Amino acid sequence: MPQQELDKAVSGEYALGFEIDIEQDTVPPGLDENTIKFISAKKDEPKWMLELRLKAFEKWKKMTEPSWGHLEYEPIDYQSISYFSAPKQAPDSLDEVDPKILEAYKKLGIPLEEQKQLQGIAVDAVIDSVSVKTTYSEELEKHGVIFCSISDAIRDYPELVKKYMYSVVPVTDNFFAALNSAVFTDGTFVYIPKGVRCPMELSTYFRINALNTGQFERTIVIADEGSYVSYNEGCSAPTRDDNQLHAAVVELIALKDAEIKYSTIQNWYPGDENGKGGIYNFVTKRGICEENAKISWTQVETGSAITWKYPSCILKGDNSVGEFYSVAVTTLAQQADTGTKMIHIGKNTKSTIISKGISAMKGQNTYRGLVKMGAGAEGARNYSECDSLLIGDRCGAHTFPYLESKDSLGQVEHEATTSKISDEQLFYLRQRGINEEDAVSMIVHGFCKDVFKMLPMEYAVEAKALLNLTLEGSVG
Amino acid sequence: MSNMMEIKDLQAKIGDKKILNGLNLTLEKGKVHAIMGPNGAGKSTLSKAIVGHYDIEVLGGEILYRGENIVDKEPEERALDGIFLSFQHPVEVAGVNNAYFLRTAVNAKRRHEGKDELNAAEFLREMKKQVETLGMKPDMISRSLNEGFSGGEKKRNEILQMQMLQPDMIVLDEIDSGLDIDALRAVSEGINSMKDGERSFLVITHYSRILDYIKPDYIHVLKDGKIVHTGGPELVAQLEEEGYESLGEA
Repeated sequence: MPQQELDKAVSGEYALGFEIDIEQDTVPPGLDENTIKFISAKKDEPKWMLELRLKAFEKWKKMTEPSWGHLEYEPIDYQSISYFSAPKQAPDSLDEVDPKILEAYKKLGIPLEEQKQLQGIAVDAVIDSVSVKTTYSEELEKHGVIFCSISDAIRDYPELVKKYMYSVVPVTDNFFAALNSAVFTDGTFVYIPKGVRCPMELSTYFRINALNTGQFERTIVIADEGSYVSYNEGCSAPTRDDNQLHAAVVELIALKDAEIKYSTIQNWYPGDENGKGGIYNFVTKRGICEENAKISWTQVETGSAITWKYPSCILKGDNSVGEFYSVAVTTLAQQADTGTKMIHIGKNTKSTIISKGISAMKGQNTYRGLVKMGAGAEGARNYSECDSLLIGDRCGAHTFPYLESKDSLGQVEHEATTSKISDEQLFYLRQRGINEEDAVSMIVHGFCKDVFKMLPMEYAVEAKALLNLTLEGSVG
Repeated sequence: MSNMMEIKDLQAKIGDKKILNGLNLTLEKGKVHAIMGPNGAGKSTLSKAIVGHYDIEVLGGEILYRGENIVDKEPEERALDGIFLSFQHPVEVAGVNNAYFLRTAVNAKRRHEGKDELNAAEFLREMKKQVETLGMKPDMISRSLNEGFSGGEKKRNEILQMQMLQPDMIVLDEIDSGLDIDALRAVSEGINSMKDGERSFLVITHYSRILDYIKPDYIHVLKDGKIVHTGGPELVAQLEEEGYESLGEA
């Protein structure tokens, strides 16, 4: 197929690039102790939290930005970013939520009004630095489930927060995690009590709206013994010429016999085809599994100019299970360096990695994954499969699998393939009367099938639609 | 007009190599035309030229389909207008469900013809019936398109698609290659069931075996990119005995 036609087929319009016209409280750009004190005060935080933030800030100042990713971008000026921005009137109830915000979330497909709420899905809606609305909180309370913004959790459940925050991703884990620890603004807090199967899907929708701000959310999900929760996050941002930084931290704690299913549909603004604009997405996500526990990460990454993200599992308890299912799409001039770390510590721990990278136009897609078998990980097993699909010939796919094995009893299997959408496949479908765009979409969806089937149904539908939009412009 | 397709002075190349050198061929409505010829004569090139394959560059001549020259039409337009190619080597597409693929194709054609689309249940009912008739395993419905299919299964799957799409001009490129006797019989029955006095068939083959099952009305001998001889079914026996060399310029 000629390059131009291919490009047209794969340079989908970014549909969520609108801006919400609301009055916002935004601090001037810059980062020092006063910025952190300001954030903490805005959040009405207890003193212990401020102290933790300030300590993190001291540590961050001594750290350097990592450069090992297969990524090229202009250096980030951390003093030119605004670290806090919030819609001016913080609402106490839905009646007080600015109608423009309700309208915006409706456009994103997430109605927040009581009567229109998504059936069976509780939503926490975050704009820039604050959570504007959490739905179904009361219903969840009946089951003892805590689902609230992290700011509320710090005030209302300090003991849980103190116990688990920084327990999986320590302050000094990496440069971006340290920065987040100092300046995080909002995010979601989830606690599922012992033996409770969370009665609905939990979901957070992150929206960057303000100009020149960073978004630094922090999410903690704790599944107490024998409990189960399925949590989903989505995100988007307006179309802008400047790059914006998103540096989130997510910590999952799956106690004995618990299971956490964590799904992400990442659709931050990707920038244009010349690499102008777009979100820099530097995210640290990690979970810890106690005995018999299971954590499953599923991600569909279609947005952002830069993605640097490795959702990982520490399989500490015996018989625990970690899974990572990923579809990462880079088109336009997007770059993604993403993968996972599976750290096997307990006996008979199992992990599965299925990674599908799709590159089109000038997109660069890197899988980077580590499988580590600890000395005591007797009978541990890993299976990894990393497949790359190239559309056109200006894009790239790269695979960096790392293996550390201290235990010869651990078993590791790795398979990797790289394929091009073949002209013969496209022609075959077209000979049956299927037009070119639909044919590309069909082949790409087929390629992603093993990952999409891991998503909760509503999100699988969204992910498919998003993939069409990202890769096909006019389809869908 | 009783002609389905008229190919006039067709010249085509693949890469730098000119393969079709002024080919003339008329395909009548409701008839079965067989093309025979030695290796490298241009048999597959002819079939690819008819469906607009990207390998082929047409240098001159016309392919008139129901009186309209289709040389510049996109492959999907030709398909929607009723031209079907059974591929010599059907390609595998991982993760694409066979039924989903075929329903998409069938509904694209129905839309093109101004008909209502078939819903999943209606479609599956029809597909199951055909799968059974063709002696295919039921799991072919939900497996990925051609993935891991044996040679015979792939060819049966081509015939299944033909039956579901109900095309008007059917080109069968070496449909008999790699088939055992049972598969050959099933495939031939599938093709014969499509004969309705309106549809035209172009059977491209290297061996005469398939012609015992699908009775051709005409035999054309293709050599060096041209049709060099045209005759009735009796030509098959002559070719078997004397080979292609015996037939000079027509």
